Parts: sequence; structure tokens; C-alpha cells
Amino acid sequence: MIRIDDYIPIVGEATIEELGLLATRLRGKTVQHINSTAVGGGVAEILSRMIPLLRELGVNALWDVIKGDEKFFATTKKFHNGLHGVSVEIGADEYEHFLEVNRYNAKQLNFADIVFVHDPQPVALVEERAALGKNWVWRCHIDFSRPDPEIWRFLKQFIMRYEAAVFSAPAFSRRLSIPQVLIAPSIDPLSDKNKELDEKTIDAVFARFGIDRTRAVVTQISRFDFLKDPLGVIKAYKLAKEHVDMQLVLAGGGATDDPEGPVIMEQVKAEAEKDKDIFVLFLPPASDLEINALQRGSTVILQKSLREGFGLTVSEALWKGKPTIAGAVGGIPLQIAHKYSGILTHTIEGTAQWIKQLIGAPEFARRLGANGKEHILNNFLITRHIKDYLLLFLSLYNEGDVVYL
Amino acid sequence: MGSFQFFTKLDQTLLLGSRAKTIEELLAGIRSVPDSSIYFHTHRFLQQHHFLSPEPPNDFAYWVTNVLGDDALGERLWSVDTVRFNGIGALREKLIDVLENHLASTGRRIECVDGEEFHFMACRTFVLPTGYVAHSVAEFAEVVSKVSINSIYFHVFDAKLRLKTGENDFSRWFRDQGKTALANESKRLDPYSYTLDGLRRQLVALVKKYDSH
Repeated sequence: MIRIDDYIPIVGEATIEELGLLATRLRGKTVQHINSTAVGGGVAEILSRMIPLLRELGVNALWDVIKGDEKFFATTKKFHNGLHGVSVEIGADEYEHFLEVNRYNAKQLNFADIVFVHDPQPVALVEERAALGKNWVWRCHIDFSRPDPEIWRFLKQFIMRYEAAVFSAPAFSRRLSIPQVLIAPSIDPLSDKNKELDEKTIDAVFARFGIDRTRAVVTQISRFDFLKDPLGVIKAYKLAKEHVDMQLVLAGGGATDDPEGPVIMEQVKAEAEKDKDIFVLFLPPASDLEINALQRGSTVILQKSLREGFGLTVSEALWKGKPTIAGAVGGIPLQIAHKYSGILTHTIEGTAQWIKQLIGAPEFARRLGANGKEHILNNFLITRHIKDYLLLFLSLYNEGDVVYL
Repeated sequence: MGSFQFFTKLDQTLLLGSRAKTIEELLAGIRSVPDSSIYFHTHRFLQQHHFLSPEPPNDFAYWVTNVLGDDALGERLWSVDTVRFNGIGALREKLIDVLENHLASTGRRIECVDGEEFHFMACRTFVLPTGYVAHSVAEFAEVVSKVSINSIYFHVFDAKLRLKTGENDFSRWFRDQGKTALANESKRLDPYSYTLDGLRRQLVALVKKYDSH
């Protein structure tokens, strides 16, 4: 099991000491995380890593998962898609069922001092606040920048009953009368996806996929989804390849809710068949080590998204010191300061130009990667995430711009 | 002749839910946001990128230069010399002055593309003792080389500008210790010209230089 002190060689002793100082101020309080899935998905992944660390720091942290039936999760899936700009229709009976499931769960749960509700599925549990008191915070992990107005109106009536709402990126914040806190997600430097790998392991993964490490490798790790623009990546690669030799790796899971997904996938495959230097890798869910190796062995990493929640694959790439070119969308500009810690682009042509430049100027590319790694070290590791959660909990008991603890 | 207690500070970032697409909207925001927002946007870069570069590009300058593409205005905002101000009010007035002069001097109006708006944020600062104490200037050098970067940040930046103590905590304590030359030189430091680790090294070097006198 990973222990909090295992992070000292990475972030330094002073950072871990500060987490301990904050945690002592929460002694006697119980923090209860509530979400809708115990496994799978980013929220469950981060909670399963963070809760043991919070406990080790002395915070009494609990994690409860609400129960729902098929109809409930079909409705919340519609919420999810609608909040991401997909046109959906939700009937009055579906809204009603959503509330019934929340009310059923509220009866089953014992609420702690601090109730920390994640995402829209359990949002209506807050109806209990009027009767129970306690401190309630709602954490939104998804892109809220252009929500469907009807779904937003429905959710907002519950969000406004919390003491604070937490968003992952500034663009997701709304005009609300409750305080809004920015807490970006994080990566775990000790996980299989991010831990150090030796060259032999990286070589073996590249050899398994038939990719030549002696030539430049440009890689995008993401779902095969319109919003990740894999066809745009192929176009940028072709433009750049007119002037510089390289291979392109598109790797990721095939699962997608995008109705155009299968069409995009066919087009990507068709393009790859025409060019032996394009590698399309459909990776099963448990491929963290392979992803880690592909990122570490690449010359340049792309994340040419057209829309993005936070885009943590950018942090993963930068953590490995890789020069990274990414679309300036969602949370990506928080991770990359253009030309300091990576490259932000808006077009296929611009992406192609930067691919050429980073392959052609390895010293500049190396500096971008080194700066990027420092930026992730300071701002996007799990220890920063724990600090933000501890401050959030403490903020429920303290007022003012400057708080002396 | 008391000891020096090292405090540290940790910031919570607040989203104000307001944004700007143009210089006019940026100006309107700078006029109306709380002091903690002006402080956040003029210091965030320094704290988040403390190994990157000693430049102090505040968020306003960064956005005007990199998003709106107005290099001249960006440079004017960049060169607002934060170290000269003893309070957020005066710093805010200077930023307003730069933007008003710009708008009066040009009819050019640029609107940023969707998704690249300036988002106004603010911070809440939590201050707590680290447990580290220096009883002498020699001990100070030892402790300052191992406390967190947040502690140095608190005693140098927050103390002077936000908590309005007039000078940074370190130089005030050196003065109390009778180390006037060290106090004066450390007061004269422009902390915005260093990375935070560079500032730490500079402080240690200064203390060693004067403590041996």
C-alpha cells in the first residue's frame, strides 16, 4: 500500500509536513464522500487513492456510494450528455424517479459532519440539509461550461442549497450565490500510469506494437471520439511529415458515447491502413503500464482536443517531461503556459507547424518538457489535491480572506 | 530580541463567476473585484511557476499579451512594479490607470475568441505555524533553507502587501536583532525579480554575509 511518506522524495518533506499541519486542524470531524460508483471512472479512481492517504494523515474520511436502478442511471447519463452539449430529452417521470432514488438513498445513509457530494447523481441528497444541518459541499467533476438550460435549471435548485460548489476549471464556474472553489484534478505519480519506468520496459512495449524507437514518435493518448479530433491529428501528422520523418501513434480505449464514434473510428482505421507509420492501438481498460511506456518513449505528445473536461492526459505527459502540443480548451490552458511549459494550438496547421518545430529543435522541446514537469510537480499532483480538499473542509468552519489556524 | 517563528500559508482558490472578453470588461472587473482577487492575479503566476522564470507576468499582462495579442499593453501591465506598492488598493489604482490610458489612446477594440475569456478568481489564505523557530540569525539561515516555499512566500509577499506591515517579516526581525545592514539589504531586495527558490538562496547568502560580520 502506498503511504503518504512515499511522496516525500517527489514533493519534499515540507509539503507533506504542511498536509499534516492542516489535517490536525480537522481532528474530531468526519468527512463523508458520496458518489455513484465504487469502481471505474475518474472520481472512483481518485477517491480510492485519496481516502487511505487522508486517513493516514489523521482525517476520519468515509466513502459511501448511492444505489440506483437502470432507469436512474439512464437518466443521469442523459444529464451527463446534456451538460456536455448533446441534445437530450428528459421526461417529467425521469426527473421524478431521479428524486425518488435520491430520497431513498438519503434514508439509508448516516450523514457525517462534512458531506462531500460528487457530481450530479447524488446532488439531491442535500434536501436533507434543512432537517439535519451538517456541512454540505458539492463537487462537480464535469465540464459545466455550456450546460443544457433545462438540466441546469433542475440541478441548480439543489446546488444552491450547498454551502459551496467546487469546479475543476474556471470556465466551468457559473454565476451562483454560494461560494465557488477551484480544485483541479490531479495525477498520482506513484500509479502504474505515471510511475518511473526503466528503458527496458519502454522498449518492450514499443517492440510489442512494432513502433521504431530510433525514429521520431508523435503520440496522442485518448478515446476515439470526435471531440479528441483523431482525424485532425492525422491531418497534422501528414502536413508535418512532408518535411520531417516520424511515426504517429493513436492509442486509447474504444468505448465512447459519441454517436459519431463508430464512423470516426472507421475513418481513423482507413487512414492508418494507407500509411504504415500510423499506429492505431485499441487498448483494453487495464493498460496503464502500456500508456505510461508509450508516453515516456514518445518524442512529442499531442492532445488536440476540440472540447475537454480537464484533459489530465496533458498532466500525465508533462509529468514525464514530454514536450506536449495541446488544444487550448477546457482545463488544458491551466496545465500549459504557451511556449513556457508546452504548446497550445487552435488549428490543424498550427499543430503541424509545432510538431515540425519540436522535432527539429530538440533542445527547445526538452526545455518545454522540463518546465512542464515542474509545473505539474507544483500544481497537479495528488498531494496538491489533498491540500485543496483539506482547505475546503477547513473553510467550512472559518471565515475571512485571511484565516489564522 | 525575540525568536522568529516561521508561519506558512496555503491558498484556496475561489471562482468569482465573472469573466472578461475585452479590455473594457477587464477594466470593469479590476474595478469591482475584491482585493483578494487583485492579489491573486498579480501573484498567482509567481507561486505556480516558481521554478520557471523570475519574470513577474501577472495574469492580466499574460492574458492581454497571449490571448488578445496586444504586446504593448501587455508590457505596460507586466511592468507595473508590484514591489513599489504597500497595499492592494494602490496596486489596483495603477492597473486601472494603465487600462484607462490605453482605452483613451486607441479606438482599437479586440474581443477574445470563445473559451479564452479572462476568469476572475480570488484566494482565501490559511496561515498556520510551521513549528520551526529561529533564535539567532545563524539559526535563521538554517531554517530558511528547509522551510516550505509557502513559508518564504508568506513572510515576504503576504506580510508586506496584503497584511500591510510595511516591510517583509524577515527584514523587520533582522532590525529587531540589531542587524541593521542585513535588515536594510533584505528590505531592498525586489523579491519579484527572483524565482521563489532563487529568493531562498539569496536570503541565505545575505544572512551568511552579514552574520559573519
